[in-house]
Amino acid sequence: MSFNIIVLAKQVPDTRNVGKDAMKEDGTINRAALPAIFNPEDLNALEQALQIKDRFPGTKVTLLTMGPPRAAEIVREGLYRGADGGIVLSDRAFAGADTLATSYALATAAKKIGDFDIIIGGRQAIDGDTAQVGPQIAEKLGLPQVTYAEEITDIKDGKAIVTRRIECGVETVSCPLPLVVTVNGSAAPCRPRNAKALMKYKRAASLTEVAGDQAKIDYIEARPYLKVQEWNAAYVDADLQQCGLAGSPTKVKGIENVVFTAKDARNVPATDEELEGLIKELIANHTIG
Amino acid sequence: MSDQNNLIVYLEYEDGKVADVSLELLTKGRSLASQLGIKLEAVVAGDKLEGIEKQVFPYGVDRLYKVQDDRLYPYTSLPHSSILINLFRKIKPQIAFMGATSIGRDLGPRVSSCLHSGLTADCTSLEIGSHTDPKTKKDYDNLLLQIRPAFGGNIVATIVNPDCRPQMATVREGVMKKEILDPDYKGEVVELDVNEYTSPEDFVVEIIDRQVAKSKVNLKGSPIIVAGGYGVGSKENFDLLQQLADTLGAEVGASRAAVDAGWVDHDRQIGQTGVTVRPKLYIACGISGQIQHIAGMQDSSIIISVNNDPAAPINTIADYVITGNIEDVLPRLIKYYKKNSK
Repeated sequence: MSFNIIVLAKQVPDTRNVGKDAMKEDGTINRAALPAIFNPEDLNALEQALQIKDRFPGTKVTLLTMGPPRAAEIVREGLYRGADGGIVLSDRAFAGADTLATSYALATAAKKIGDFDIIIGGRQAIDGDTAQVGPQIAEKLGLPQVTYAEEITDIKDGKAIVTRRIECGVETVSCPLPLVVTVNGSAAPCRPRNAKALMKYKRAASLTEVAGDQAKIDYIEARPYLKVQEWNAAYVDADLQQCGLAGSPTKVKGIENVVFTAKDARNVPATDEELEGLIKELIANHTIG
Repeated sequence: MSDQNNLIVYLEYEDGKVADVSLELLTKGRSLASQLGIKLEAVVAGDKLEGIEKQVFPYGVDRLYKVQDDRLYPYTSLPHSSILINLFRKIKPQIAFMGATSIGRDLGPRVSSCLHSGLTADCTSLEIGSHTDPKTKKDYDNLLLQIRPAFGGNIVATIVNPDCRPQMATVREGVMKKEILDPDYKGEVVELDVNEYTSPEDFVVEIIDRQVAKSKVNLKGSPIIVAGGYGVGSKENFDLLQQLADTLGAEVGASRAAVDAGWVDHDRQIGQTGVTVRPKLYIACGISGQIQHIAGMQDSSIIISVNNDPAAPINTIADYVITGNIEDVLPRLIKYYKKNSK
């Protein structure tokens, strides 16, 4: 028994290092100005896919990412860790998409891939924290979904057994294949790069990345496993009215930088007298005690 | 007032009680509905729903839709989505709210995808306002302005859905205030037949085990919070915070960085992606003051910052700043509290 798994991965700006030029005037993100990383929870999702591949040899793990051509970087990262191939869904028509238009584009690509048993991705991406794209893809494909997954513990009789970690505890559900799963950040961390895979895939690239370098193009064309696929809107038969800004019901009305009102802080030197004085004051005004 | 075009809140219900987050949304929904001159509606799907209206009418609910079936509890995605999708097609709400919980964040996207309506996650503020499309110059009045942090909390974005309905939003627990409108408020109950709103195929996902562990952490209700950040340095040092909290009768909270480091459990996280708190006293230990954290505690009455970095951003919103190491400062705070309290 083996399965075809699509891992949804997103290359995200590292929101822990945001500078002033991070936003464009139209309210969308200026990705070029920021370090780009593999969305952390998508790595947890990749690990779940790889664990299924360990248990069911012959399972094929395909990364699917939507973004600019440089997103091929995270496909390579996935290959280094044990994925079998990857697709970058890239088209100017997808630019400015909200979660609904994003899920539409990814769902059309999943349909193009066709023969899959599981679509798995992180619960949410750190640049938006919305957790919407997974369930929306499931809806667009007419599939059941299991969100907040901690582990896919087994697949038997055409059903996946998944544990979920939610506010009120832990739940184990059984869900028929094919299905969409989104994985929590508290799930098992992704295995590191594998030395053999690193050697095998270090020259993996998309044709955009090697454009103009005939020697590299020839090298990749002669070794199809090294070719990071690039699909555009036309290739996946996407309806342009449902893509990008045009397909997004939500619009950004405005963006503000976050400014907090500063208070007049009283500095309390860390001496015994001052600390005891502070405690006495807080007791006296009934803040504590 | 019409039976369509109203504001509706999806209610979460567990152990015979409507969830706080749902009551908070009803409070917000009531005030927005009154502003728009429309009805406040609510929908609940589950088992053992007898008498639930008594819990929600005081919040000003004009109409409660109830779908009763033992298969609807515990929550699963497909039947609850189908109920909302089919109900929304019929009653065409202009606005729909749900909690930004593991349920609301599972359900909302599915419903919005099917209805092609916009959904804004984790809003921190909801208002009614106007909007002019920058390209077409078309004016829109009485839109829901959905305000949310984005980009790791570094910016606040205002989102609108000009043309698609319902305008949907999720809000985390504790962000909005819960307030009874009128204990004698009278609404109407409309019972819906589960078979008209779901199909048998909606029940393919089976819950085979459910370990409910009620969180013992009550950050929202605690008048004093001792919170630690990455600067606490280790899991062991968090014991010091626990000792101070035990001494003061406080709860221990944490920033995302400390939770990510594995020093504290997830349910103690304070900030935009955790809980929003408004205690009487907030003691921030080794917390630098990332925007995403400050947004979840800035309404605390008194803030004390204990940090060895005098330039830590959190100090700008603190009332008292103690510059020092927590290993050094916290034991002395405990000592002097014990000495001076009666």
